[in-house]
Amino acid sequence: MGLFILKRVGIMLLTALCLTFLVFFLTNLYPNLEKLAKTQGNFRMSDEQVESYLEKNGYLQSTPIKYGEWLGVLPSYRHTNEDGTVQGRCILPGATAEESPRFCGILQGYWGYSTVFKEEVSTVVGTRLHLTGRLMLWVMLLMIPSALILGVLAGMKEGSATDRTLSTFAITTTATPEYVSGVIFIAIFTSSAVGLKWFKGTATQAMENPTFENFFLPVLTIALYGMGYIARMTRASMTEVMTAQYIRTARLKGVSFPNIVMKHALRNALIAPFTVIMLQFPWLLNGVVIVETLFNYKGFGWALVQAAGNNDIQLLLAISVVSVFVVLVTQLISDIGYVYLNPRIRIS
Amino acid sequence: MEPLTWTGSIAFLNPLLALALGLVVLSIIVWMLASVVLPEDQMTVNPDGTLTSSSGLRNLIQAALRYSFLASVAISVAYIVLGVLMGTSAGIVGAISQQFLPVWLSLIILYAMSIAFKRKLGLYGKLFDSPIGMIGFGLVMFWVFTGIFGAMDLIVTQDPLAQISGMKNKVPGTPVANLEEGQYAWYLLGGDNLARDVFSRMVKGAWIVVQIAPLATMFAFMVGITLGLPAGYYGGRLDTLLSFLANLILAFPVILLFYLLVTPEIVATGVPNYMAAILFVFPIIFLGVLLNSRYYTRPNFRTPLLIGVLGVALWLYLSLISTGGYIINTDSYRIWGLPTYLDLFDIPGGILVVFVSVVFVNSPTVFRIVRGLALDIKTRDYVAAAQTRGEGPWYIMLWEILPNARGPLIVDFCLRIGYTTILLGTLGFFGLGLPPESPDWGSTINEGRKLLSIYLHPALPPALALLSLVLGLNLLADGLREESLKD
Repeated sequence: MGLFILKRVGIMLLTALCLTFLVFFLTNLYPNLEKLAKTQGNFRMSDEQVESYLEKNGYLQSTPIKYGEWLGVLPSYRHTNEDGTVQGRCILPGATAEESPRFCGILQGYWGYSTVFKEEVSTVVGTRLHLTGRLMLWVMLLMIPSALILGVLAGMKEGSATDRTLSTFAITTTATPEYVSGVIFIAIFTSSAVGLKWFKGTATQAMENPTFENFFLPVLTIALYGMGYIARMTRASMTEVMTAQYIRTARLKGVSFPNIVMKHALRNALIAPFTVIMLQFPWLLNGVVIVETLFNYKGFGWALVQAAGNNDIQLLLAISVVSVFVVLVTQLISDIGYVYLNPRIRIS
Repeated sequence: MEPLTWTGSIAFLNPLLALALGLVVLSIIVWMLASVVLPEDQMTVNPDGTLTSSSGLRNLIQAALRYSFLASVAISVAYIVLGVLMGTSAGIVGAISQQFLPVWLSLIILYAMSIAFKRKLGLYGKLFDSPIGMIGFGLVMFWVFTGIFGAMDLIVTQDPLAQISGMKNKVPGTPVANLEEGQYAWYLLGGDNLARDVFSRMVKGAWIVVQIAPLATMFAFMVGITLGLPAGYYGGRLDTLLSFLANLILAFPVILLFYLLVTPEIVATGVPNYMAAILFVFPIIFLGVLLNSRYYTRPNFRTPLLIGVLGVALWLYLSLISTGGYIINTDSYRIWGLPTYLDLFDIPGGILVVFVSVVFVNSPTVFRIVRGLALDIKTRDYVAAAQTRGEGPWYIMLWEILPNARGPLIVDFCLRIGYTTILLGTLGFFGLGLPPESPDWGSTINEGRKLLSIYLHPALPPALALLSLVLGLNLLADGLREESLKD
């Protein structure tokens, strides 16, 4: 088991390295750097001005060297201005070149400086992740229990009235992407045209003061899309368990139906959905980006849109590291958890 | 011109429809409750061996559900038929059903033909045995026909890009101000923020989806199959490497990838052209290997066949990837492609990058599915038999394994078209790739959402259109799965 986890962690690190290099490569293509220079300076910069800005900030080195600097395995770039002052990635505003360290990358714990938010990337990511974490917590609290209940109810008796109705509902939710359900919810529940006005159409206030009124719609929008999929997987697993031999034995010896479901079937039926729920995280990340944009909730997904729109290289890299980390860790947890839940599978 | 109401002179149907729908909902609730509360039907075995089930309350409730459902379907059909006959005097609903007349006719012909010949049509014919599959197929074909006829300018009422002054954010059914000769007199679903016709834009948007989504899914399948079969069949290092690459792409959040790939800056560097050049090779490899492995024992037949097929495929490939005589055309350097007089069609950079990134995102998942299926099927007896016969590995992969994996692959193909539609909508929603005035559903939703609290009508039609198309594809996949499991 220990070796298995070690191997998986090794693959994780390799994946993260490859992906961050890919992001690094794409964000450091010259047209993107030009865009960065123009958003930082002004939009009427001439080609020479762009060139000198990029030169001064060390963007014109070759990509592997820049990537090494970002990682913290190569000494970072320094540029001596005409007035003799030295500027560089490691030299924070107000510090001199002598005081500053030569290496500053993520190995040293320095994530860089966000050009959009004018803040250190680690603080930006920290605050945004905190906000998104709260959103995700409520999404999970709403989505997982309701999806499991839906799936178990539908899977108890295949082909029954409950099964047909709930399955139709589940298919409909999987066919409704967040930007469609969100728009429909906003139209029905918040607009003055329909006049219900039960909820708020934006979640901006929910960042400081989340209430049911301003926070429920974004949570519901993300939860619905993921719910249908988990419910269908739970249903499939439940129907499979319900046709197993030991369930038939239990029925024949006269155990009541609720008891069969609760005591015999449920635990075995929940193994497969656990994996699905874990693998659902990367998809939820997409939902987060869409919903945060739609409801103007300034969390992690919103920061991603801002960073990508303005080619904020350091922030984009940090965001991709975090999201890749989330994806890989949930994959690992799902593998390990599967082994724990299902004693029939042992990793050799 | 008078503004149109929703139902005009067929408004007498509204209370009937409301009643029927209310009855459907009521009977579904009663049905579900009854299935919990009431005892199960008692079966009695008669002396002659037949079974009799008591026609209890359950059957009564089921009958109620069936009849109320049929009634609401009948009333909906009545709306459409009366609308087609009466046109604008039946309000907006009537005018829209009249505009959709070619779609209705094609659907009726398609269904009549398919049901008449369903026993001779294989899996497609069996689809018409399952009600779910029929509903799904109907929804999908509705949008396919809408897309095709919309592209032929049959359904659209106004120019989807033209802005008519005085029509900004007007409610559905508003008559067009300053009517010109030959122009349709109303904005059936109102005007959007830039005074364009919402209805026509929705119809034109269907064409974009109908063009890109199936084609992109098909390319993703070609890539996934060409790489997934050997990975599953050979295993070993090749499998490890390819699986690692697939997991690498899958670990990437889709939206981040879109934001990195689908920008004008990336288009300017020519990265999408390189990706297109690589990804679009796979169908040619697939075709070549497919035909060669089957016919290599008959060189007299194979050689001309391969020359013909690969020649056409290469020509299409080169026309696809070269634009204006170049494969890659950036400021710093360019690579020569097919000369313009041989170039069949040009794809604008915006569309190409959307297409390429959608294929790129979808193919790793297809790869994993195909690999899993190949791993499973390669242990079967007929594969062993083919190996003993001395068939080559590619023959076994493409002519033994692939045909036997078709069931799950067809189902996944339908689901994946739906997912691709969602991805295209996502791209439009974030304003990536397609030009901002493009009528695709994602961009329209994005534009409409900004004023959603005051004006609902610009955002809702494309949202509901996308929802119904994806729902149709999911139902179709469900029906296909059910029918293919019956064998």
